[in-house]
Amino acid sequence: MRGWRGAAALPAGAAAVLALAVAAALAQGGGEAPAAEPVRAIPDPQSGLEFTTPETRAIQEDDFQNPAFLWVEEGEQAWNHPEGAAGKSCASCHGNAAESMRGVRARYPAYDAKKGRVVTLEQRVNICREEHMGAPPLRIDSRPLNAMTAFIGLQSRGMPVQVDISGPARPFFDAGERFYNTRRGQLDMRCGSCHEDNYGRYLRADLLSQGMSNGFPTYRLKEQRVISLQFRLQGCVNDVRGEAPPMGGEEFTNLEFYLAWRAQGLPVETPSVRR
Amino acid sequence: MAAPIGQPRVRLPAQVRAGEVIEIRTLISHAMETGQRRDQQGNVIPRDIIKRFVARFEGEQVFAMDLAPAISANPYIAFPFKAEKPGTFEFTWTNDAGEERKATAELKLA
Amino acid sequence: MKTGPTTIRRRHLLAAAAGGVAIAALPRAAGAEMQPATTEAIRKVTGGKTPQEGRVTLRLPPIAENGNTVPVTVSVDSPMTAADHVKTVHLFADRNPTPDVATFHFTPAMGRAQADTRMRLGQTQDVIAVAEMSDGSLWMGRTEVKVTIGGCGG
Repeated sequence: MRGWRGAAALPAGAAAVLALAVAAALAQGGGEAPAAEPVRAIPDPQSGLEFTTPETRAIQEDDFQNPAFLWVEEGEQAWNHPEGAAGKSCASCHGNAAESMRGVRARYPAYDAKKGRVVTLEQRVNICREEHMGAPPLRIDSRPLNAMTAFIGLQSRGMPVQVDISGPARPFFDAGERFYNTRRGQLDMRCGSCHEDNYGRYLRADLLSQGMSNGFPTYRLKEQRVISLQFRLQGCVNDVRGEAPPMGGEEFTNLEFYLAWRAQGLPVETPSVRR
Repeated sequence: MAAPIGQPRVRLPAQVRAGEVIEIRTLISHAMETGQRRDQQGNVIPRDIIKRFVARFEGEQVFAMDLAPAISANPYIAFPFKAEKPGTFEFTWTNDAGEERKATAELKLA
Repeated sequence: MKTGPTTIRRRHLLAAAAGGVAIAALPRAAGAEMQPATTEAIRKVTGGKTPQEGRVTLRLPPIAENGNTVPVTVSVDSPMTAADHVKTVHLFADRNPTPDVATFHFTPAMGRAQADTRMRLGQTQDVIAVAEMSDGSLWMGRTEVKVTIGGCGG
């Protein structure tokens, strides 16, 4: 009785830690310990669309007005256009993108067994180009690559983000989580300092969102072009006066993987419109 | 040197009745470089904008616009038109260098 | 567009104020002060004639989320007939590096005097439209747009 009352008096968090410790101890007793299921700080995420003005929303909700569709159309043309030594286009292998690419954006980044690491959609396109088309890789965040990922991403629009962090993917997820939670820059802030602790509040005149990645690549009003998620991440790190790692590198790729898990369940909005 | 004028998009409503005032919407891919920005080496990026848009219906000008660098990149232009008879629209975008990009669209009446 | 026109009649303003609703963008009096460059740009298109206040409606967001892409709709109260129509509408941004934004050339074939585009605003300022009618009369509309300075510079 005494023990029971004691446990009930603990704060919920402490009780959870206790429960986890017990579970871990039990698991260890049984041999190989499976990684504990991570718990999201924001269990019911809200899209960045919820943090934008009616005018910006109106541009996103009209595929004609949304300038990102200029990129989508370029991506569609490139999809069918042969390039490289093998004389192949994307369509040579993948046929009709509306069928073959449906759901792809929703499950990326994903673990690639051959590469032994997690790859983003951008990297996947470049792997295809180099290994199957005999074409040079496209520069990360370049117009042709953003056009291609906007076009591929559109095929998953409305589908819930659902990445697989299990098994061999888990260490990459953990690395992304560490990056997310590491304070950095002269302002000594972690990603969550804005996007978990202060969303819904104003940073000067900017309404802080939850930093959900489900709309990328996105047409950014400030940039007046379609930008990739990792371009935006560089901006975030610069904003806290930190030194941003390169786009397409390991750190941002793992972070992008972690961010996709944070946004799990949100519908893909690619190509969205953001300020 | 002017960058090539990008792909235009044009949209007319699908179902149009005679006498109806419809909205014609256009979008074109273009950086609308103001001439006031500098590159990373500090050199001024030369001005390069779409400076004129003209809409003709059956050869007759029905709407036009002169654009200044204060128009956003990827110019969106929409205007009304009173649909009296079926026919062909021709849209022309012209840049600072005088280069043109054209698009056409058919107006069909229900 | 889900926001209403920013040129709001006085009684609506009073009603809004009574209801405790904050309105950020207010129509400005035609005679309100302007930058010399704007005055000069307007003089160029009017030949020095003073436009009358009214008939021109500017619809812009009262607060622009980003000044690089601000949707704008300009419309003019006109029957748009061969005998009585709007010929041109000049659009100005009072505090941009140069005030000229666009000139629209209208015809009676349009059936309605309106145009939509997206513009760049360097800072909080007035947007001004001057319409020239087929009878030679000049009309002007003016509205303020607040351009926010974001915290997320990246």
